Amino acid sequence: MNRAGAAAITAGAVTGRRVVIVRVAIIAGILVGWEALSLSGLLFRDVVPSLTAIGRAAGRLLTDPDFYANLSVTVGEIGLGLLIGGVCGLATGILLGANRFLSRAYESLIYYLGPTPKIIFFPVMIMWFGVGSGSKIAMGVVSCFFPIAISAASGMRQIDRVLILVGRSFRATTWQMVSKIYLPAMRDPVVNGVRLGLGVAIIGTLLAETKLSNRGMGYLIIQAYSTFDMPKMYALLIVLFVLAIGANALIGRLSRTAARNRSA
Amino acid sequence: MSRAPLKPLLTSRIGARLIGAATVLALIGVVELAIRAGIVNRFIVPLPSEIMVAIPRIIVEENVLHRFWQTTQEVLWASLLLAAVGIPLGALLHRYRIVRLACETWVGALAAAPIVLMYPLFLVIFGRSATTIVMIGFAAGLAPVILKTLEGLAGTRQVLLDVGRSFKLTDSQQFWKILLPAALPSVFVGLKLGLIFAMINIVGVEFLINFGGLGQLINELAERYDLPGTYGAICFVILTSIVFFDTAERLERFLRPGE
Repeated sequence: MNRAGAAAITAGAVTGRRVVIVRVAIIAGILVGWEALSLSGLLFRDVVPSLTAIGRAAGRLLTDPDFYANLSVTVGEIGLGLLIGGVCGLATGILLGANRFLSRAYESLIYYLGPTPKIIFFPVMIMWFGVGSGSKIAMGVVSCFFPIAISAASGMRQIDRVLILVGRSFRATTWQMVSKIYLPAMRDPVVNGVRLGLGVAIIGTLLAETKLSNRGMGYLIIQAYSTFDMPKMYALLIVLFVLAIGANALIGRLSRTAARNRSA
Repeated sequence: MSRAPLKPLLTSRIGARLIGAATVLALIGVVELAIRAGIVNRFIVPLPSEIMVAIPRIIVEENVLHRFWQTTQEVLWASLLLAAVGIPLGALLHRYRIVRLACETWVGALAAAPIVLMYPLFLVIFGRSATTIVMIGFAAGLAPVILKTLEGLAGTRQVLLDVGRSFKLTDSQQFWKILLPAALPSVFVGLKLGLIFAMINIVGVEFLINFGGLGQLINELAERYDLPGTYGAICFVILTSIVFFDTAERLERFLRPGE
């Protein structure tokens, strides 16, 4: 290895160490600041509980079977919402992306309805699907449908025309075209759409649970708020954030791994 | 013979849009007929004609314009905070490379985090007030403003920076005269995204905590079981969101004419 290459590697290692030091310093600063704020009494009592109180609450939460029962309810609702909304979104996106006329006629409706706050549909969902899990699943469906449909339509338009012509020249059926040509070729935009869809499905489902429910993670959060159990609320929010960000990162990683395997 | 001129009209962009709008109207008509025929329960889905009648009623009786102004004010305050905090934070991350390397992935993770779920926490800290709603909107829109500001500043062309150096500009002059103007298009994209996120979350939290403007209106009407009013209010909020989103898009195009 030449001298320049060795110097570059050394510089990279030094930068990496500095980054770790800065990260540790920022985390330590936040934790110390939090504890100081907790002890200062500047905010109402228990609004900022001590780190040990949050840690104890997190420990209790993670060893409580009731927590896992509620978590499984929420995961089930989000999963089903993502499945139904994802399949509908994907089918709609493929249709809109494949046909210019349909795209011109209907895509603007999806494009403009996409950024509306979906939680406002919750009263309607309650009337249609009841106060149980049905309305929460419906909220997940409504939330994730739009980003997945928009991403799939965009991905469909990016497919290399040659691939489509190859499929047609082999007289592939519609299902073969979808499974062998369209879906593999538009994998990246679809995965991005699913990532976005998962994020908004989590928000839609959990917000619906906080509004009207007797089980699920949203219900636990609003219960902690009602009983002013702040350490438990912080613990719940931390767990939820870790799970949501983790699920998002997992989909991204699976996508990258699949891409590497394909190119290898 | 008479069909020939019709085909280009139907396949044109305007023709397709007209067909899209006609499909929506036809669907509304089908729903109206299905409810009148008793196929759909009118205690679950009100007649579309009743919803149309309810819209002027809620505009007058429920003081919609005042509520609209309340929501607009909350969005404006949140966007001011976004600009005042998000752009400097993006600039800070750009200025200190090591801080950027340490924090950029965290800010990206923040963008994926369901921040609006923290609304019970904000309720405890700020109370059931407009401040809670504004702060949720601000927190939800912060990450895209920071990331897009950073992207814009980092994407400044090297030749512009070299011109600044050749004029021996100070760091401050380099920022205000070269970096910031070059990054403005990306900053505006970030502000637009932040504003949309803020608006979505503000209306959502208004609905959830039953306080404020348009979101509260839907909640109140649903609790009164005023079905045509609830559907009408939802239509009004959807229209408002569409106008807001479209205005933001047009503003972005106006501010980035060369893009």
